[in-house]
Amino acid sequence: MKKNLGPAYVAPITVWLCVFFVIPISIIVYYSFLTKGFNGGVVHKFSLDAFRALYNPTIFKITFNTFWVACVSTAVMVALAVPAAYYMARSRHKNFFMLLVIIPFWTNFLIRIYAWMAVLGNNGVVNHALLSMGLIDRHIQFLYNTNAVILVAVYTYLPFAILPLYSTIEKFDFSLVEAARDLGATKLAATLRVLVPNIRGGITTAVLFTFIPAFGNYAIPQIIGGSSSYMLGNVIARELTVTRNWPLASSISLVITALTTLGVLIFMRFNRSASEEARERAQDNAPMSAMPQVSAQSTGTGASE
Amino acid sequence: MKGSQVTVKGVEKYFGGFHALKNVSLGINKGEFYSLLGPSGCGKTTLLRIIAGFEDPSAGAVFLDDRDVIPIAANKRPVNTVFQTYALFPHLSVFENVAFPLRLKKLPNAAVKEKVGEFLELVKLPKEGGKLPSQLSGGQKQRVAIARALINEPSVLLLDEPLSALDAKLRQHMLIELDAIHDKIGITFIYVTHDQQEALSVSDRVAVMNEGEVVQVGTPSEIYESPSCPFVAHFIGETNYLGGEVAEVLDGKHARVDFPGIGALYVYQDKPLSVGDGVKVTVRPEKIRISSDKPEGQAGRMNVLEGTVDELIYSGFQSKFFVRVSASATFRIFRQHVKYFMDEKAINWKDKVYIWWNDNDGYVVEAEKNP
Ligand SMILES: Nc1ncnc2c1ncn2[C@@H]1O[C@H](COP(=O)(O)OP(=O)(O)OP(=O)(O)O)[C@@H](O)[C@H]1O
Ligand SMILES: [Mg+2]
Repeated sequence: MKKNLGPAYVAPITVWLCVFFVIPISIIVYYSFLTKGFNGGVVHKFSLDAFRALYNPTIFKITFNTFWVACVSTAVMVALAVPAAYYMARSRHKNFFMLLVIIPFWTNFLIRIYAWMAVLGNNGVVNHALLSMGLIDRHIQFLYNTNAVILVAVYTYLPFAILPLYSTIEKFDFSLVEAARDLGATKLAATLRVLVPNIRGGITTAVLFTFIPAFGNYAIPQIIGGSSSYMLGNVIARELTVTRNWPLASSISLVITALTTLGVLIFMRFNRSASEEARERAQDNAPMSAMPQVSAQSTGTGASE
Repeated sequence: MKGSQVTVKGVEKYFGGFHALKNVSLGINKGEFYSLLGPSGCGKTTLLRIIAGFEDPSAGAVFLDDRDVIPIAANKRPVNTVFQTYALFPHLSVFENVAFPLRLKKLPNAAVKEKVGEFLELVKLPKEGGKLPSQLSGGQKQRVAIARALINEPSVLLLDEPLSALDAKLRQHMLIELDAIHDKIGITFIYVTHDQQEALSVSDRVAVMNEGEVVQVGTPSEIYESPSCPFVAHFIGETNYLGGEVAEVLDGKHARVDFPGIGALYVYQDKPLSVGDGVKVTVRPEKIRISSDKPEGQAGRMNVLEGTVDELIYSGFQSKFFVRVSASATFRIFRQHVKYFMDEKAINWKDKVYIWWNDNDGYVVEAEKNP
């Protein structure tokens, strides 16, 4: 007798997700509807104060700033990662470049952020060099602003954009670009009309992999940014540790989760490539034999949403 | 090569230290179905890519209608390519694949629709426009690739082994269709293949290449009947290849040649020969007749040999005989099964047979002056 072992196989991941994902999220949701305790913590009494407190110009400004930093750094990363991944994929020294991309992970994330302070700080390498060359009279303030946060975020998360793009571009059939050129396309047209649509999956992954961590960024603005470049992550930390308003920390966390989810959904909607649509259209007219595949696919999408 | 539509002049190509094309010169006429034929790795694709503009020659020039096209980028040349691997855009429907060049030119929608319809009709795929390339069979993909390459109305169409990914039956069929399209459109086709059958069956002219060199250019029958060198003789079809020494020069077009182990045979020749020269002669297996009885009453200079059937391969429409005439010489002979059950007697393994052929059917490929 053959048993269906499906549930047994997914049990570990189910337990894992319950313990480390569903339960914490539930706690956050629960806390956000509670009253703040006098010395921190929560009083188990229903209240909407934490959500009312969100309606506040400072929070708006910080939310906007967070969104801005995440968008700009994502855009910069993808813009840098596409050509980099393209070059890597076409190079004869793929593995070497791969190593270069991965090497930074061998050092702790925080240490790498502090390293940027050593580079860009007022007494840092760059200022020192410029001063000693006589190009400037007094040090330039590179750090403690939004641009510094974006710079370091780009540096930190760039590999998350390069790796998925690399793996898609490596599989790309470059004779398609030649075919496009042959049919009269300029280099730019061939790239936009043939390369980009065919590496769309990689671009999507790169955007998601970089936007989500950039949006929830905490350490980088904490260390590199000034008070003007506060992000939502920093507000949460402050509410949790200094102001000790746990319900507010929870409601802000929910804002991040909601905005990120919304952003991802909108992005994925816009990103449904023409080919997917065409494929679905074709599958609608497909003979019966193709049906199980179609239904399996739609359940798959349903589950992931 | 004045008057040619495509002129390739002294083209050389090096890949690093590797000499891929050696002084290649060709003149291809307007409207010709011109094949580049040669074994794998002889540089056919490289030459095609140079004409298309994907590769620059290390030296030499390419002219299209007497215009030097080397400085012109691939997308500006009036040449389109059908790629060996089709290179259809997987993210676009069949219709949009064919429409691609028109979209680049920003043609209005109605015009695009009409023209794409016309070309899908031409390649007999009028109903498949909405499908994706991945939903097509190999032959259909090939047709889409052809339609896409033709829709720009190039003056020259380059085809790089367009049929090699298809099975034998379909290949035959597509070849005939390709020929029909060529007749209909009337533009120049440059057709790359390593399959001599393909090249011989549809081409107006064939350039045979070997190791980066063009070794012979001619009509299919010239290439087959009068190979210019041993390579061509062996590469095109099967043959009996014999080495001998000229014993007597006859009327200027024929000679009597002594072949060790075989004896003296009459051959056709179009080279200045003198007695004592070493020659290489090719005799095509289908030109040799075989029978159990001694041929009688044959006029002219006939070559007749006696031997035994060493090997016999039956393949439906014909049989291949390997007939040993001496310890060192075996001839291969093809016999079509035209009248198998009528006046031809069946010949079996180990039978004693006579083989014979006309003096015109042995061709001197190579001659070496006797010092
Ligand atoms: N980009 C390249 N770099 C180095 N060598 C190359 C390059 N392109 C082709 N070659 C070499 O040049 C020679 C000719 O290649 P080409 O592709 O023109 O052969 P071909 O005649 O088309 O063969 P096939 O019938 O197998 O397609 C081959 O030996 C190949 O290895
Ligand atoms: Mg080739």
